[in-house]
Amino acid sequence: MNIHLILQMAAEAMGDREAITAGDQRFTYADLAQATRQVAAKLNHGQRLAYLAENHTAMAAGIFGAALAGTSFVPVSYRLAEEQIEALMKRITPALLITDSEKEYPEIDRISRADAMIGDALEGEAPDVDGEVAIELFTSGTTGEPKSAILRHSNLMAYILGSVEFMSAGEEEASLITVPPYHIAGISAVLSSTYAGRRMVQLPNFSPPGWIDLAQKEAVTHAFVVPTMLQHIVEHVGQNGGALELPKLRALSYGGGKMPLPVIEKAVGLLPHVDFTNAYGLTETSSTICLLGPESHRDAIKSNDPLVRRRLGSVGQALPTVELQIRTEDGAACKADEVGLVHVRGDQVSGEYKGAGSQLDADGWFPTKDVGFVDGEGYLFLDGRADDVIVRGGENISPGEVEDVLLGHPCVKDVAVVSIPSEEWGETVGAAIVCKGSAPDKNELCELVRGKLRSSRVPSQIIFMDELPYSETGKLLRRVVRDHLAQV
Amino acid sequence: MGDIIKAGTKLSSAVCQTQIMALRAPIERLEITCGGAPMVTEDGEKGEMDSDLAGGTLVGKRYVDEREAMEFLCTRAGEGTVQVNGVSLDIKQAKQLPSSD
Repeated sequence: MNIHLILQMAAEAMGDREAITAGDQRFTYADLAQATRQVAAKLNHGQRLAYLAENHTAMAAGIFGAALAGTSFVPVSYRLAEEQIEALMKRITPALLITDSEKEYPEIDRISRADAMIGDALEGEAPDVDGEVAIELFTSGTTGEPKSAILRHSNLMAYILGSVEFMSAGEEEASLITVPPYHIAGISAVLSSTYAGRRMVQLPNFSPPGWIDLAQKEAVTHAFVVPTMLQHIVEHVGQNGGALELPKLRALSYGGGKMPLPVIEKAVGLLPHVDFTNAYGLTETSSTICLLGPESHRDAIKSNDPLVRRRLGSVGQALPTVELQIRTEDGAACKADEVGLVHVRGDQVSGEYKGAGSQLDADGWFPTKDVGFVDGEGYLFLDGRADDVIVRGGENISPGEVEDVLLGHPCVKDVAVVSIPSEEWGETVGAAIVCKGSAPDKNELCELVRGKLRSSRVPSQIIFMDELPYSETGKLLRRVVRDHLAQV
Repeated sequence: MGDIIKAGTKLSSAVCQTQIMALRAPIERLEITCGGAPMVTEDGEKGEMDSDLAGGTLVGKRYVDEREAMEFLCTRAGEGTVQVNGVSLDIKQAKQLPSSD
């Protein structure tokens, strides 16, 4: 198997259909297939195909071009500091790098995005490389050196064949792509959209007005956003008259981080005609493994049953092709509603890093390191990362439960709860708070937590910040918050 | 008769444009035909189709036997009917999921 098959099928079955809209550039599937062959022809034997640029037609041609040439595609974040980029480049040699930057790297040939898609084309069939690496993605490295996650052709094909119906999109459908090329959602957007036959409308740099304008201009029907993006869109609309005119938009999916309940509730109110879907997945699982679909959103919003209502804060149920298990720290299976470690199994799950190898256990289960529970009907609720749990005097405290209480205060706009080293307790609770208007009294905040939870959950340290540090894909950088609190 | 087919094996019809890829198959010899003629690994010149086996294939659909012991993805559409050991395959009805990316 080879992920190039996705494009080959699309080009043969709907070659004239528009595949990508990128500014003034428009590619049909036949154009994309040709550009892919041109990219593949530039690769020398043994070279990986690296990509250091914003979203562009060359990004899609790069994914499929590397596959056609039988090598891997390695997107690198252009937002990193130069010295971090240099360190990553050393780990991927030899390579051909698609970039518009002038910077040279040892053992790496360079080509511009435009030049990559001209000249000779590589003819012939894509090799059968089922077990070979298709994509290498550097994880965000929130806890240390970035890890290189490996996705094989078999993993990605299992994901696409299991979750997307070929050519299921109507000709008028268009998906707005805002996630960057080096994020798993940026990769899966290309593969899913191509297989479904849904036009990709690329927006290289996200801003709320830019997103809304492009969605209107290109009659966008589908979009995926990370929570921070949706939050900014909702705020922007609130500041500009309160209406969001997107009559063509049918489906809005979100994922990549925890969605604050007020944001999703507001978004549903602004776009009552839109189907909302929450997608939960990891780089190591080839994207989505759980979905909270439109019906579940509607049921939760109109229900008076607290057990149904709370599902708006869940990430939904496992895909039919994926198994989910919650385990205690001793490895025993948890009962319904019992919090533990989230494990996942399925053909799309790679769970593998370059160097460190496969993290799957003997039965094929991957420990996601996410903490959560599954309710009686299979809905998964997440409660942070195992690494983020605060252990105070032997008692495990989830940052999420304290954050939820603090967010209930009218003056709190955003909050991050992290561990602070403590001689007495090992760790205690620290909170960084972004205020709405004037700062609330710290004692008042502590009393709120004491009243709703218990005294061990009360922050021993509270700081106020102008904003919390998020990665551009919406991940809260708890390490940075911990550093801030440690300096107090 | 027939061959043992591995997942990932691509087969072409000898009588029409149909191409299929095995997604899973039991470890046993299978006689796979399209339009009445054995399917081949090298796409080449097309012969005569059995007019009783001209039901057609649809690109992107998955074809399974009754027990779902084997599954093939149609990667190119054609006019023939795909059969395994003389029995026509059926289209697998997949549950449509909402788009998530």
